[in-house]
Amino acid sequence: MKILVCLKQVPHQDARLDVNGDGTWIKEDGIKFEINSYDTYALEEALRIKDAGEAEVVVASIGPDRVTQALRTALGMGADRAVHVNDAACQGSDALGIAKTLAAIAKEESPDLILMGLMSDDGNASAVPPMVAELVGMPSATAVVATERSEGNIRVERELEGGAVEVVDVPTPCLLAVQSGLNQVRYASLKGIMAAKKKPLDVKTAADLGVADAVGTAGAKVKIEKIYQPLRGEGAEILSGSTDEIVSSLMNKIKELGLL
Amino acid sequence: MSFPRWTEEHEAFRASVRRFAEQEIRPFSEKWQTEGYFPDELFRKAGEVGLLGVRFDPKWGGSGLDYWYTVILVEELVRGRDIGCVVGLLVQCEMATAVMHDHATDELRKEWLVPAITGERIAALGVSEPGGGSDVASLQTTARVDGDDYVINGSKIFISNGARADFVTLAVRTGGPGADGVSLVVCPTDAKGFQVSRRLKKVDLHSSDTAELFFDDVRIPRRNLIGEEGRGFRYIMGAFQGERLVLSVMMNALCDDVLEETLGYLAERKAFGKSIASMQVWRHRMADWMTKLEASRALTYRAAEQLAAGDREGDLTVSMSKLFGADLIRGLILDCAHAFGGYGFMEENYVARCSRGVQNWGIGAGTSEVMREIIAKRRMPAGPA
Ligand SMILES: Cc1cc2nc3c(=O)[nH]c(=O)nc-3n(C[C@H](O)[C@H](O)[C@H](O)COP(=O)(O)OP(=O)(O)OC[C@H]3O[C@@H](n4cnc5c(N)ncnc54)[C@H](O)[C@@H]3O)c2cc1C
Repeated sequence: MKILVCLKQVPHQDARLDVNGDGTWIKEDGIKFEINSYDTYALEEALRIKDAGEAEVVVASIGPDRVTQALRTALGMGADRAVHVNDAACQGSDALGIAKTLAAIAKEESPDLILMGLMSDDGNASAVPPMVAELVGMPSATAVVATERSEGNIRVERELEGGAVEVVDVPTPCLLAVQSGLNQVRYASLKGIMAAKKKPLDVKTAADLGVADAVGTAGAKVKIEKIYQPLRGEGAEILSGSTDEIVSSLMNKIKELGLL
Repeated sequence: MSFPRWTEEHEAFRASVRRFAEQEIRPFSEKWQTEGYFPDELFRKAGEVGLLGVRFDPKWGGSGLDYWYTVILVEELVRGRDIGCVVGLLVQCEMATAVMHDHATDELRKEWLVPAITGERIAALGVSEPGGGSDVASLQTTARVDGDDYVINGSKIFISNGARADFVTLAVRTGGPGADGVSLVVCPTDAKGFQVSRRLKKVDLHSSDTAELFFDDVRIPRRNLIGEEGRGFRYIMGAFQGERLVLSVMMNALCDDVLEETLGYLAERKAFGKSIASMQVWRHRMADWMTKLEASRALTYRAAEQLAAGDREGDLTVSMSKLFGADLIRGLILDCAHAFGGYGFMEENYVARCSRGVQNWGIGAGTSEVMREIIAKRRMPAGPA
């Protein structure tokens, strides 16, 4: 069995983010990056399948040099091989450009299962996984919170609005986009990291994958117009007085609004 | 390219330790500091990830890497914001075990070092005594030979991990007075006559247990001797280099974290209609601290480079680094706490809490005076009396 895990490197959750000069993205220099949290659950799920029996886990990522570190970490956690699309031409790709690139990797690898995170911590679009599934012609499920494998099928639980759970059977090969909290993600052990040194990490360009036209700002149908910090809203009312006074005036307001 | 030249493996290790500190330490650090304790299980968790045997031979479960990985380990653990806990972990993986790794018999390593690296057995280092800590050569705890055993009598103080250790790497007097009478032994804490006489209440590092230990006719087999009899003092001095490096890195990392926290606050806090960070007096003050911290880090990295290369100059550089760091951290943290105004004196404020511990840094692994002695001895002829 072969599992492809697609992962993205995103700014560290504690990084202080500033908008860049032309207001199209954040300033990337000087901040730390990490593997997108959703993707770590996807990787862990793949590694658990590997631990349980025969499976090769291939990780793939698109991005500049710094992404090597994310891939090395994934290899250190137990993945077998890595594919790094390191190509300046990919910068500014929209979700479809990214999906086409990942789909091209998937076509080369022909995995039995593709695992991805539900969304990225920075972009928040949730668009790439279903696009990849469509491009490679695999059934897919998103917001996966539990999986149970059987011959030719994976039964997954999906998280719905309000905490409801939907159970669906997805025939394999398929793509699953996982929700956070699916499992407890392991750490890359120091031994694992040193062993990962010898694991193959292939570097490719968009042209190698035949997607040169689809990537970058040139290939993007969706263009970022502007990124900005929301302005501080007006109209907040600060209630003052003793705790009892605040509580009763708050209650009155809620009643006035007909919410109670 | 910046120095040191971190490789992909260094960076991957850094990312892993950072996540460990963020997920396994930081969320609990306030609770642990209030309770005066962190769970034993953290040793095992750290062992699983390979944090406790970075420099040690793979034969014993270590990773056989150099000091640079230890540097990364310490820098990232500090981000867990619980220095007491970090001290506990570092005593386990460096201070109490390095001598055993370097000098003990394979039998002892199997029995004590291997489970220390996995985190299953907790280690402490017992050198300081109520009668004196700096003058190690004058220590008074004795180990008398009786048949195949040593019989130990005396007491030790300020022993980190002391209240919960499974074994103590213990400095004892097996011979006459002076440095040549000192030996190191492994003393299991379940031996009859061993007693934790008290858990000491400290001003800071609350989650680290620090104890006074009492040895009343404690009988241990002679095979628990580490290396040769009478060479304990030399072993301890040798191991101090690693300890001093670890402490230097810790001080720099803590300064870094405190500075970052402070700069963030100064940028947001306003007085007289403008941000404090826009006031030149504070900009200059912070610029000074950034410069000194950078100098401190450069010195520490130089020491790490020399120690990693087995260069004897490393002993001197690491003493300078620890001395410099201990002076730096006092000024830097107190100044940063001051920058928070009233909040800088409140328990709820991280920098304020750190300021309580500034006194500690010039003490462990040889005080600042001892560092100065080492430096002067190596670099300064005394001239006629
Ligand atoms: C939080 C904490 C954890 C510790 N953990 C451990 C541990 O795990 N294991 C362990 O064995 N010890 C531990 N120690 C003890 C520490 O190593 C000693 O406190 C230290 O070595 C100093 O010894 P002392 O306290 O007896 O001071 P003393 O040696 O009595 O010194 C008192 C003062 O005199 C100065 N002085 C001493 N000699 C000279 C000299 N020649 N010239 C000028 N001035 C001098 C010292 O610098 C100091 O300011 C710990 C201490 C602390 C605070």
